[in-house]
Amino acid sequence: MRSICFYFQVHQPYRLRNYRFFDIGEKHDYFDTYSNSFIMRRVADKNYLPMNALLLDLINEYGSAFKVSFSISGVALDQFAEYAPDVLESFKRLADSGNVEFLAETYSHSLSALKSREEFEKQVKIQSDKIKQYFGVEPTTFRNTELIYSDEIGTMVADMGYKTMLTEGAKHVLGWRSPNYAYTNAINPKLKLLLKNFQLSDDIAFRFSQQSWGEWPLTSEKFVDWLNNIDQKEEVVNLFMDYETFGEHQWEETGIFNFMRALPGRVFSHSNYTFNTPSEVAETLQPVGPIHVPVPISWADEERDLTAWLGNDLQDEAFDKLYSLESKIKNCGDEQIQRDWLLLQTSDHFYYMCTKWFSDGDVHKYFNPYGTPYDAFINFMNVLSDFIIRVDTICGSPKDDRKDIKEMAEKLMDEMEDATRKKIKSSKKKVKKTIDQGKNIKFDDIKNMSNTAIKKLVKEVDINELTIALKDASTEVKEKVIPNLNKKARQTYDELQQNLKTIKKADIKKYQKAVEEKLKELFRK
Amino acid sequence: MFGWEFPPHITGGLGTACFGLTKGLAKRDVDVTFVVPKAYGDEDQQAVKLVNASDVPFDITDEEYKEFWSHIKYMEVGSNIIPYVDPQEYTKTYEENKKTGESFTSNVFSKHYEFSGTYSLNLMEEVARFALIASGLAAKENFDVIHAHDWLTYPAGIAAKKTSGKPLIVHMHATEFDRSGEHVNQQVYDIEREGMMEADKVITVSNLTRNIVINKYGIDPDKVITVHNAVDHTMLKDAKNIKKPYKEKLVTFLGRITLQKGPEYFIEAAYKILQKDPNVRFVMAGSGDMLNRMIERVAHLRIADKFHFTGFLKGDDVNRVFSMSDVFVMPSVSEPFGIVPLEAMRSSVPVVISKQSGVAEVLVHALKIDFWDIDGMADAIYGLLHYKGISTMFQKLGKKEVEGLKWENAALKVKAVYESVI
Repeated sequence: MRSICFYFQVHQPYRLRNYRFFDIGEKHDYFDTYSNSFIMRRVADKNYLPMNALLLDLINEYGSAFKVSFSISGVALDQFAEYAPDVLESFKRLADSGNVEFLAETYSHSLSALKSREEFEKQVKIQSDKIKQYFGVEPTTFRNTELIYSDEIGTMVADMGYKTMLTEGAKHVLGWRSPNYAYTNAINPKLKLLLKNFQLSDDIAFRFSQQSWGEWPLTSEKFVDWLNNIDQKEEVVNLFMDYETFGEHQWEETGIFNFMRALPGRVFSHSNYTFNTPSEVAETLQPVGPIHVPVPISWADEERDLTAWLGNDLQDEAFDKLYSLESKIKNCGDEQIQRDWLLLQTSDHFYYMCTKWFSDGDVHKYFNPYGTPYDAFINFMNVLSDFIIRVDTICGSPKDDRKDIKEMAEKLMDEMEDATRKKIKSSKKKVKKTIDQGKNIKFDDIKNMSNTAIKKLVKEVDINELTIALKDASTEVKEKVIPNLNKKARQTYDELQQNLKTIKKADIKKYQKAVEEKLKELFRK
Repeated sequence: MFGWEFPPHITGGLGTACFGLTKGLAKRDVDVTFVVPKAYGDEDQQAVKLVNASDVPFDITDEEYKEFWSHIKYMEVGSNIIPYVDPQEYTKTYEENKKTGESFTSNVFSKHYEFSGTYSLNLMEEVARFALIASGLAAKENFDVIHAHDWLTYPAGIAAKKTSGKPLIVHMHATEFDRSGEHVNQQVYDIEREGMMEADKVITVSNLTRNIVINKYGIDPDKVITVHNAVDHTMLKDAKNIKKPYKEKLVTFLGRITLQKGPEYFIEAAYKILQKDPNVRFVMAGSGDMLNRMIERVAHLRIADKFHFTGFLKGDDVNRVFSMSDVFVMPSVSEPFGIVPLEAMRSSVPVVISKQSGVAEVLVHALKIDFWDIDGMADAIYGLLHYKGISTMFQKLGKKEVEGLKWENAALKVKAVYESVI
């Protein structure tokens, strides 16, 4: 038995509105709610709803023999919830059938894997939680934005606990080898790789309705013949494509729905293939060896590289400026900043800036809101300029920005210097004040003295004299002095106190004077 | 008077200048019949509004406008003449328009001069057609002097002169050298030269242009007179006091983004300043054939978060940009006059202008640099941004200076030229 492994990509970006220079610093709503909801509704009716219904029919008809897998970007899921809840419901029905696997990706269909491990992991987590929330299963298979893959990205994904990852069966990576086997990551052999059979996938996704194509029209009979032509030893045919192929890129009139409706029946009656999900395939197949991908690949264009999103000056400037904000945003608690940060990372924004297809704009023009890559760049940069201002005001200074740290340190030093100077000044003042006070200190001032000072005083003065001096003193003074007496002095005081009932006023005055003198002496020291 | 555009349909300074001059002449008791080729098929309505002045886009209850319309007759001639294109470009644009199905009606507005048949792709033929109409007009209309603005209308001016025998004044707002650098289009050059040779007097908008006319076209210096442009103060609304929504200072370039305007020097100067002082933003407002290259350059220099583009701006947005600006820069490689810095100064924005501009001849309160001197430009901008002494002085005195540049005064000089040939 051999496997056909279908994986469909479902993604719709939050497109930006026409954001003008004059909006910078003024307006912070970046997204085109109208056209996003309009496009979502249109694709829902032409593609998602009818195709989901068709797949559900096939599952009902063939039971566990027919299986497919989806990767639905988080931004698409959120837009379903917002603009097309019926689509979300129909995906849930597919999930309930148990014949559909949902894959993990980054929440915002971003290129974060190329830039920041931390950000990448965060986004995958958000996405996987969302899948769990909607469809009740935690994804175990990973597929990165646009099937972007490299040895490094693979290891990162393996470290996150994923067992299987999908990518392109790029010719320049495979060489003579066939994509129809399971492979492993070159660094971590625990991660299994399933590679897209781009020939057969693109026959459906791109060439299906191309009348100039020699094989047009494509029928399920013909397609199954091709599947049968594949060497019997080869184990899996990975058919990876955009879900929008069905009804949007290939309109209903091209017969694409009928083709898909007929395909499983033909496969079962005329071949030894079954339909399996990526995790099933990875579980059963023994990998034939590692694939070395030092430079990232993707499923885009003839080049199968990153040049659709990155590489020209427009894209690199926008991409680098965006990610230069990461450290500031990382610790920022503002929800709207976090939301916009995710949505601005969506790869489509950079795709629109691509200058490669000036001449042959075909599938790339799909839902592209911009006339030229320059328009796309200007609009994105206007939005980003406003976003930078917001990040700077709301999120404060970054931890790793040396210049800012230096500035802060300098400021701090200045402040400390200032503070120290003030402290010294006030201390001097205090000392002076105390000395001045000491010069004409009165017995009654004892109540304002610190405990330490009083203890000192008590040691210096004869306890008998002190007791007499205290006889007439205010309660405040007494309360201050008595607790500061040591045990022995306290005893003496108590005893004397009993015998002092008839002491003369003049004597009290005399002894108070003596204490005052002592105090003055102490201050002078 | 033959022109090729009139507000509100303006693509550059010429329309503004023609409008200002006609208004100035009206004040000096000169009656003007203004003839314009209709450039786009969709303009009829607004153009009619202009003609009968019943509901003009600007405030016509203004006494001044009433007076204006009593002196001005506005005529529009059906034509495909498109301002600011050379013959090759014209053919290309026409083809593109045909492809996109943009309507190119062949209706001529005037009842008296209706053409049948289709229009050709050739700009020169259009110019010739305009001339044909002009000669017809010249036979019917009553006038003393023919005044033609820029080369597209020169054959019309010459034709009108031949039909009527009235004197011809040609007005050089820009020469082919200003538009194309050294790669001049010979046909255009020939028409310009013929127009000036046939003319009784040539008016140039600056001494810079006058020198070009004398040295590169070999025109007799005695018949070339400089009349500097002025500012139409009523056209400019008072700058709204818009508060900039960010802390950075804003430095502005506003104009067509073409070789002539030197946009690349502005970008390089911006880059230099941003290396030293990140608390500045730059904006390049306008559109043109070099726009995409400029965008790429800015992206390449990695300053796109501080250097913005707006595309083409109209009326209100121009004022808005000025009211937000701290410094205005006009780095033109070759600018016969250059009216935009005056608008900036009127909005109390200090300006840096290139010495290669006609306006540099009349302005005192402006920093003047050579367009190629990027360091000098960066210095000047930085100075105006940081040294309050000079910027406040420029704000105050610059505004006054511009207010003194009145079209009535320019019109008086033009009237003197008319009188010298009647």
